[in-house]
Amino acid sequence: MFEISIFLPTKKLDNNELIHENKTNYQNALKKLFGVSSRSRCEIFQTGSDLAEKAANELISENKFSEIDFLIYCSLGLDYISPTSSSQLHQKLNLPLNCGTLDIPSGCTGFIYGLSLIKGFLSSGVASNILFLMGEVPSTSIPKDNLELNAIFGDAGVAVLICRSEGLKIGNFVFGTDGKGMKYLHVERGGVKNPIDQNWLEENVNENNKLNRGKLVMDGLEVFRFALERVPTLVDEVLLTNQLTMNEIDLVIFHQAGKQILDALKKKCKIPEEKYFEYYETVGNTVSCSIPIAIHAAVQQKRIKKGDKILLIGFGIGFTWGGTVIEW
Amino acid sequence: MEIEEFIEAIENEFEEVQNGSLTPDFSIRDMEGWSSMHALLIIALVDNHFEILLNGEDLRSVQTIQELYDLIQTKLKVG
Repeated sequence: MFEISIFLPTKKLDNNELIHENKTNYQNALKKLFGVSSRSRCEIFQTGSDLAEKAANELISENKFSEIDFLIYCSLGLDYISPTSSSQLHQKLNLPLNCGTLDIPSGCTGFIYGLSLIKGFLSSGVASNILFLMGEVPSTSIPKDNLELNAIFGDAGVAVLICRSEGLKIGNFVFGTDGKGMKYLHVERGGVKNPIDQNWLEENVNENNKLNRGKLVMDGLEVFRFALERVPTLVDEVLLTNQLTMNEIDLVIFHQAGKQILDALKKKCKIPEEKYFEYYETVGNTVSCSIPIAIHAAVQQKRIKKGDKILLIGFGIGFTWGGTVIEW
Repeated sequence: MEIEEFIEAIENEFEEVQNGSLTPDFSIRDMEGWSSMHALLIIALVDNHFEILLNGEDLRSVQTIQELYDLIQTKLKVG
């Protein structure tokens, strides 16, 4: 069993405002094309760790933070080159001294990566009570005039608490990587390889934009193609390595990449309607937060009950992809 | 699949397009309401019917439905 809490910034960008800002005529077509009617937007000064911290605070009142011995934090926008953002979150959440901290910038496959680390840590005795936080603010790297990216992506924070004692079952994993995908999906500038400089600031920080954290660049068509190429095989391989068939799966949750990709994957992977769950219309693509937010919604909608086997499939920036089965 | 069947599949995929309105020399980008999302739907449709995944460069290299069909046939032969 997981304890999951989510935090969605109260500020929303809905489709009417998106159309108005970009002066286009999409109207209802926007919702039809992207499947998203509203998505959260953080405050200008916030980073992913702020949203993750808020999600974590929801868990504090109900759970014992004093026994946490490992903190993992996943975000596309880590706060610092160094030290780790997790070391700073550890301080803010007043976690115990004897606690490990680790950042993973693993994007849309981040939740799967986090689960694999958690499984390893729990089964090998590295840790017993793990707090896994995710905080994503993709909106802060998207140019104001990019309708597609603004329509697709949403900001969010998630906190997951996993304790060994709770009889959690995380299955076997399959991972994949194709670094050639960087060309089609990456954040331009901001790391040590290609830092932001004066020319960049002049072009990208002005009255229209404030892209001082870098700029998200995405070739939607190639990302779509990547998903169709890799994900169906991934689904088969995850089932195989867990010695399961689709018949034995109770629910399938993909990374909530967006309407076009999800509709195509649902069809190509032949996911039975009663086993398929999606949740992105009111939150958008929240990167590493998207799978746990969907799990949280599925629980609230009573689509998940104790003992259910849930197939989780992540894929995205890297390109990277990965999946597993969890038993609730 | 013959080109007539392929055209019918495209017409069925795009609800704005009336059945019987497309011809082999029809320029794909002239389709009613064409947007980048339609490109995705074409890719999914081709993958679904021929198990071939086109990429952006493939789509940019063709203008008409006939050219798209011919490209698919070429890729099918290559295997």
